[in-house]
Amino acid sequence: MATVTTPPDVTPPPAGRPATAPKPRRVGGTRFRLTPYLLLIPALVLELAVHVLPILAGIWMSTRGLTQFFVRNWSEAPFVGLGNYRIVLDLDGPAGRDLLHSLVVTTFYTVLSVGLAWLLGMTAAVLLQKDFRGRGLLRTLFLTPYALPAYAAIITWTFLLQRDTGLLNHVLVDQLGVTQDRPFWLIGGNSFWSLVVVSVWRTWPFALLCLTAGLQTVPGELYEAASIDGAGFWRQLRSITLPMLRPVNQVLILVLFLWTFNDFNTPYVLFGRSAPYEADLISVHIYQASFTTWNFGLGSAMSVLLLAFLLVVTGTYLVLTRRWRSDD
Amino acid sequence: MLRRLAPVAAALALLIPAAAACGSGDDDTAGGGDAGGRTITYWASNQGPSLEKDKEILQPEIDRFTRETGIKVDVEVIGWPDLLNRILAAATSGEGPDVLNIGNTWSPSLQATGAFMPWDEKAFEAIGGKDRFLAGSLSATGAQGKDPVAVPLYSLAYGLYYNKKMFAEAGITAPPTTWEELVAAGKKLTRDGKWGLALEGGNISENAHHAFVLGQQYGGEAFDAAGKAQFDAPGNVAGIKRYLDLMAVDKIVNPSNAEYAANQSLSDFANGKAGMLLWQAAASGLASQGMTEDEYGLAPVPFPASPPAGGKKINSMVAGINLAVFEATEHKDAALSFVRFMTADRTQINLNKTYGSLPSVQSAYSDPAFRTASVKTFQEILANTAAPMPAVPEESQYETLVGTAMKALFADIAGGRTVGEAEVRSRLADATKQVRAGG
Repeated sequence: MATVTTPPDVTPPPAGRPATAPKPRRVGGTRFRLTPYLLLIPALVLELAVHVLPILAGIWMSTRGLTQFFVRNWSEAPFVGLGNYRIVLDLDGPAGRDLLHSLVVTTFYTVLSVGLAWLLGMTAAVLLQKDFRGRGLLRTLFLTPYALPAYAAIITWTFLLQRDTGLLNHVLVDQLGVTQDRPFWLIGGNSFWSLVVVSVWRTWPFALLCLTAGLQTVPGELYEAASIDGAGFWRQLRSITLPMLRPVNQVLILVLFLWTFNDFNTPYVLFGRSAPYEADLISVHIYQASFTTWNFGLGSAMSVLLLAFLLVVTGTYLVLTRRWRSDD
Repeated sequence: MLRRLAPVAAALALLIPAAAACGSGDDDTAGGGDAGGRTITYWASNQGPSLEKDKEILQPEIDRFTRETGIKVDVEVIGWPDLLNRILAAATSGEGPDVLNIGNTWSPSLQATGAFMPWDEKAFEAIGGKDRFLAGSLSATGAQGKDPVAVPLYSLAYGLYYNKKMFAEAGITAPPTTWEELVAAGKKLTRDGKWGLALEGGNISENAHHAFVLGQQYGGEAFDAAGKAQFDAPGNVAGIKRYLDLMAVDKIVNPSNAEYAANQSLSDFANGKAGMLLWQAAASGLASQGMTEDEYGLAPVPFPASPPAGGKKINSMVAGINLAVFEATEHKDAALSFVRFMTADRTQINLNKTYGSLPSVQSAYSDPAFRTASVKTFQEILANTAAPMPAVPEESQYETLVGTAMKALFADIAGGRTVGEAEVRSRLADATKQVRAGG
């Protein structure tokens, strides 16, 4: 199925003074121009096999009526042209309406989750920038959610969030007495907020990690000079830290966006095969459309649309951020 | 010259691991372990308290099979949430187990894939004949008029479990036989933080099973005679509403049950938090929670006091597990002898006794373990008042879509929203449109 995969690690680009590299020596003129291309072939082949072919297969599937009658031999599935797209884009029909609803929910979820994860990561990274006793311990502690296996961690959350036996309601209702009624956290409207909280909890350490690494490259002299000029904490943050972190942030926010938008583990483990309507994220929605109703053509059409949507968003983001950078 | 070839060699060297990686997948699956006698792969479903426990229960039988036939069996127990996906992946790739368990309600859907061996006369002969099996269980092995896609392995039915002590304390003398009596009993039981009935409102399959049975009782059919989906037909709406009303109107079900999907209702019943439970063969599950057999009673699932026009006297689906053979297996004979072994009297008695399910072959009932009152109740339900889930290829869509709609409706009820006939019908109408769009 066509999905967007993001690179697993982000290396912050080197900032500060560029090292004066020795000029590359020219070896033997134009005859060796082939070498770089030959060296690229393995990567290209893998790229084709891992990314491009599945995407093409997904697009092919989206034009077929691929149901359980044909899972054994896909090639026999009847060609339906844009029929699947017509169904999922028909906003009067339940499939199209639900997909649009899911897209809206996912967008809200992503904006909230990425925003909060970034804010938390940034705050913690700045607070942990100066050396103090216990800094290493705190950094390790903050990174724990990122190191825990996703399934184990989210299953623990489901235990915490259960209505009658969950720890959260035990504290809220039995101990603090905030409300009389025990609220639901895994169904109904609250399930959306549960999802955001768990997602932020899972992703903010990654923001912390990237931003901490980014902050290491900011030269200390800048802060010293700024202090001498009388700049306070906020002024330093605005005029030194954030501008110096811009390249890191550009990549970090993009990666967080793509991860969160495509997140499958969190909603699937939290809610099971069918998510509550209020927290119906697009990845689980597509999974349900294709796997639990056995209509892989329809699911693929949704996936292709999702891919196109993400491509447009990512492209726009990259163009905009590049323009801002060149404006500097 | 050598220097010019170096990059080419480097590129080739880098490609080799990729090529090897592509190739190795086939090696693992195709040849596989035939060296020391035949080996077949068996995917078992989760019937006991845990996957590990299942393996412990199955292993002695498997060992006996290997001793008798020399055929080795690789058993993998697969949990219910993964089983259908794994089967679908196997059907798609043609790389799967030789023998596998399927939920019997999936039979028509899996039959449509053509990935499983049809059981014709000859195949049945190889395992001792079709007549050995219970007729009711055989009715849930695929579409009518086609060779079955699987044979019955474990048989089950829904029953009403009730807590004897709680009934006595509330002054209820006999288990309810109608929904009206069940509600009255439930109201007496609902007090001091205890509830009349526990149910799995978040469990899609469970919801769909009750939707089917109650739909039948209220004169509904999920699919019309031509096999077209009509989940929102009046009888289906009425049946589902009857079930939802247990929480919404009668208030004999704890609203928390709306999020139950991991057998929490079984725990609630075992721990005395609820007085009644609708379940299939709960004995081993209740025992593992410390509830002994003399603490609860078993009765058939109730009927409406005055059945509406077209209502059927059905109070359970034909539940159970079927055993299928993968069409692409290279060990068909070994697979058939394994099925023969699993459906033989001795294996049937041993396994069904442990799991608390019913044997799927008539002759196994001679064993005293299957002459208890509760087995008799289930046997009667299966023989007289159980019906198989709709035998159409879209059955699994029916379970998923209707079960999900009910999960959402339970969530609405628990969240304090009104769920009347209109809300039920609108959800079911959407589910109907979705299955029609796919067909």
